[in-house]
Amino acid sequence: MHLSGNSIIVLNVNGEDKTVMVKPAYTLLHVLREELSLTGAKSGCENGDCGACTVLVDDMPVKSCLMLAVEAVGHRITTVEGLKNAPIQDAFIKNWGFQCGYCTSGFLMVCHALAMHKPDADDPIIEEWLQSNLCRCTGYEEIENAVKSILSGNYK
Amino acid sequence: MIPFDFDYYKPESMDEAFKCYQDLLINNKKPLYYGGGTEIISMARVKGIVFDSVIDLKGIPECSQLEVSGGKFRIGAAQTLTNIAECNAYPLLSKTIKRIADHTIQGKITIGGNLAGTIKYREAALPLMISDCSLQVMTQGGLAELPFSKAFNGKLQLKKGEFLVSVLIEENDLSLPYNHVKRTKQEKIDYPLITMVALKNEKAIKTAITGYGDNPIILSERIINHKLYNVEQKINKIINLAHSDCKGDLSGSREYKEFVLENMLQEMFSNFEKIG
Repeated sequence: MHLSGNSIIVLNVNGEDKTVMVKPAYTLLHVLREELSLTGAKSGCENGDCGACTVLVDDMPVKSCLMLAVEAVGHRITTVEGLKNAPIQDAFIKNWGFQCGYCTSGFLMVCHALAMHKPDADDPIIEEWLQSNLCRCTGYEEIENAVKSILSGNYK
Repeated sequence: MIPFDFDYYKPESMDEAFKCYQDLLINNKKPLYYGGGTEIISMARVKGIVFDSVIDLKGIPECSQLEVSGGKFRIGAAQTLTNIAECNAYPLLSKTIKRIADHTIQGKITIGGNLAGTIKYREAALPLMISDCSLQVMTQGGLAELPFSKAFNGKLQLKKGEFLVSVLIEENDLSLPYNHVKRTKQEKIDYPLITMVALKNEKAIKTAITGYGDNPIILSERIINHKLYNVEQKINKIINLAHSDCKGDLSGSREYKEFVLENMLQEMFSNFEKIG
């Protein structure tokens, strides 16, 4: 594959193939927000530190500011818009898992992936996964409570 | 957002990648091999690195292998830290790379990127430095296998246009007793103040550290395993010998790093003593 300048690629986002014109220098975050108008993934540090831009690529969390859009060709991308009433969203509401909300979509994606891949996660695993994201309102305890409430072993 | 344009190439074979790089050089381009891309993107964003073409190695099968076969653990250079840790064929390597960056980014960082990157710590190299390890490198003459100590001297020693294809570790070393300690200035997720790894086989203890100076280093095997020195003497001699390598930085002063290393060594000797 060789892409130069404006190029047309197909990205599978939230179960749908989207044809989009990108430059190789565009990050996945940029394309999701500016080209596909999916603004759930937030731009924070753009340096891989805060996790506000986290999406799932093939069901694993990825900081979309550190991935080129062209790298995502052939992979399944899930943004917070694609969760569609997943149990973790209800759990965040019931456990007061957000305050200002800016970090919420990133945390939702990490927690959703954690529940999918490690439904029996213990405290060290939960800590390991959640440490990838920052909440400047420091609502960590509520977020932890939210994810623990859905780790039942039957998470879909 | 990366503030400049570049071309993107994704070759499907080692030869194609090598030729692509050479062709770009001939055309006065500035190509860059691309693995996970985390360091490249974050540096490019602030114009800390300039290039006009990237060659993504993730489409090359040899760069994606991850298996124990033929008596060796074979890790493709484009394998992510998460996949290597989940595979857990070499527990010391798993433990070391699970402390690089954070869990999400570990799914993007590749072992090749960690070894070849410009960030000086290169923690993934530590377990490789103290095990029977070799690197497969794509060169002008084709695929070459080099002892790790020859291909990596604090940083990868590759010629322009060469790229790392895979890491091979002898199966016998994978299950040896080990010690891993990472000390940071404050946060759990941070660059190391000092990270130390050690392996113990039937003959000797081997130890490597990073964060102490400009590059990862191996601590003197002769002193660590000297039969006439007690633990205190060994530690004093190691600290003295490594004194010229030690550099203070924002994480800690030179004196503090020496103090921390002393404690880490004591802990390591004590741990290995317990297992006999």
